[in-house]
Amino acid sequence: MTQALLALAGNQNSGKTTLFNVLTGSNQHVGNFPGVTVEKKVGQLKDLKEVSLVDLPGIYSLSPYTSEEVVTRDFILQEHPNLIINIVDATNIERNLYLTLQLMELQVPMIIALNMMDEVVQSGNSIDTELLSKQLGVPIVPISAARKQGINELIRTIKKMLKHPVAVLKPDFCSGEVHRAIHAIAHIIEDHAKQCDYPLRFAATKLVEGDAVMQQKLSLHDDDIHIIEDIVKSMEHALQVDREAALADMRYCYIESICKDSVCKVQETYGQQRSEKIDRWLTHKYLGIPIFILLMLFIFYITFSVIGGALQEWLEIGIEAFTEQFSILLNNIGVSSWLHELLINGVCNGVGSVLSFLPIIVILFFFLSLLEDSGYMARVAFVMDRSLRRIGLSGRSFVPMLIGFGCSVPAIMAARTLSSERDRKMTILLTPFMSCSAKLPIYGMITAAFFPDHAALILISVYLLGILVAILSGLLLKQTVFQGDCVPFVMELPAYRIPAAKSVSLHMWEKAKDFLHRAFTIIFTASILIWFLQSFDWQLHYISDSSASILASLGSSLARVFAPLGFNDWRAATALISGVTAKESVVSTLSVLTQGNDAALAQMLPQIFTPLSAYAFLAFTVLYMPCIAAFAATKRELGSWRDALLTVGYQTAAAYIVALLIFQIGSLFL
Amino acid sequence: MTLDQIKPGKGGIIIAVNGEGALRRRLLDMGLTPKTKVVVKKTAPMGDPIELSLRGYMLSIRKDDAAKIEIEVIADDTGLVGTGR
Repeated sequence: MTQALLALAGNQNSGKTTLFNVLTGSNQHVGNFPGVTVEKKVGQLKDLKEVSLVDLPGIYSLSPYTSEEVVTRDFILQEHPNLIINIVDATNIERNLYLTLQLMELQVPMIIALNMMDEVVQSGNSIDTELLSKQLGVPIVPISAARKQGINELIRTIKKMLKHPVAVLKPDFCSGEVHRAIHAIAHIIEDHAKQCDYPLRFAATKLVEGDAVMQQKLSLHDDDIHIIEDIVKSMEHALQVDREAALADMRYCYIESICKDSVCKVQETYGQQRSEKIDRWLTHKYLGIPIFILLMLFIFYITFSVIGGALQEWLEIGIEAFTEQFSILLNNIGVSSWLHELLINGVCNGVGSVLSFLPIIVILFFFLSLLEDSGYMARVAFVMDRSLRRIGLSGRSFVPMLIGFGCSVPAIMAARTLSSERDRKMTILLTPFMSCSAKLPIYGMITAAFFPDHAALILISVYLLGILVAILSGLLLKQTVFQGDCVPFVMELPAYRIPAAKSVSLHMWEKAKDFLHRAFTIIFTASILIWFLQSFDWQLHYISDSSASILASLGSSLARVFAPLGFNDWRAATALISGVTAKESVVSTLSVLTQGNDAALAQMLPQIFTPLSAYAFLAFTVLYMPCIAAFAATKRELGSWRDALLTVGYQTAAAYIVALLIFQIGSLFL
Repeated sequence: MTLDQIKPGKGGIIIAVNGEGALRRRLLDMGLTPKTKVVVKKTAPMGDPIELSLRGYMLSIRKDDAAKIEIEVIADDTGLVGTGR
């Protein structure tokens, strides 16, 4: 068989990812669709290595309003897949078939994988798949992706369809006035559609719906547009509804009419009944929020204290031992001292300190995929939605933001599960304002030196400051950058399901791989760069006294920039620069640059800061650009250097302005 | 009457979906079309959004958006929707 491209399309929560994992195994690559932060997964079929399968985003319709839906239709129209596999949730067939009807209009050969058929049958319901297949003119294979039932039959059907592709039978499910309008418009745009290589029926339907994207792509004459609008107006007049409602209604009426014959539902499935019982507790009026908070506390405790903490310690010990052995080896070979320093202090320590994050990330994503795959994440969004609405986000962003208090890296990576591109970008930008746990040593250092009697108060105020800036930024961004295209909060609450072990482990592996890849590319490079700046002076002499280094001299020139914030000191500036590698380095750098020992640090700090400027310094550290690992995650998730740099630029600017206000206004009173 | 005014446990039949743009299209796409039966299941802990049952599945929408859906209350409502329970 020759090369072939399959597209997997379906609703969210239809078991799409599970089916993708079953069909491809672990041969998958994850990336983004060009220009958007929409995830694109590609894999090779297990039995047919020459056939690639693309996992399209989970969507409910092919409207022009969300980037996920636009990406899906563009992919099918431009990449011309040989076959669409449309996964349909049999327990929720009416709404799932709504997308199917729109996919059929794309005139690409198609197979329906009717998922969760086992659940339908178990509950005493039934679906006559043969009849349904005849009615739709599309082959249907009943499967259960989670139990791997029907997969062989699905593969056989795929093979058959690839050998003898059968186009979707002309999907003439329209009737009456809508039918007349679609066909009249089809005549007008026939040439344009052919020129763009668009399926005529799809283009005509989209024009009836008033799809601006399609209208533009077809480059119609003004005269044609007028005629089309007249046709639509007379249709609207005859039906007494507007164009979008007319088409949605037509599709659902058609679905109802065929389901009446082929679907027999005597009761809700057991899964649906069970979900209702579980939700009596999990979305309970008074218990819903406490249960959520307890669950998150438990996850944090396990991740950061119990397992993650222990694994992190072991990993650190391992890395240290490796570094030591490696150092001895280098000495034995007799490499020059600067190369020794580069490999040990630059590479091993730099990458090593970032690598020790790995256990935390893997464990956090274990829990996150449980929350996501079980269906609980949708309940979190439901329960917490109100709290984030004012800043233009939905409840879905709550979990990534909460994780931000632990570590920004997995928090930014967790934003991937948000269903809208706008929410994803905004969440990625705001999450680092949630003060991460690596910043605690900085707060400890400053409060010990300046505010020993009010440590708790200062600590709380710093956390609140981060949240406040996030809220203000949200309000600001809602009015500016992320204006207009606010994605409506209309969210399915799927039935609870037991997460598939394979999906969870693949998800963890994928995140670990992703993080390791970054640790050895961006973070590796950055570690070497920082080491270089720390170890050489401008004449490129290798130096042992870091106060003469390039980094220190950069720090001195930057010190002036920080003068309006109250800390015109090269050591503070240098510490902030090195804080970009990891936030803990702010403390270690300050201690190296002052006396070289932690005990003396508290005595030295008052030479650099006044209490007010120390607080301004704290404010700056909470808000300014996150560490290089988080920056790498931002770049990865946003898919563009420009957006990533703008994001950290915004964060640093916000930090500067807030610290400036604190110092300047504070100076008036103190 | 609009959907946001319906008490949890009660339902009705959709008469019209008002509003515009992405939100309205999304409501229609999710099956909130005229003549569809819908039941309000519950309200979220903070009073908003609400949970609906329609076409055999559960959907959550905000009250502001529910206010755009006109509804005719069914007098004898048993809380059953779609093809059965």
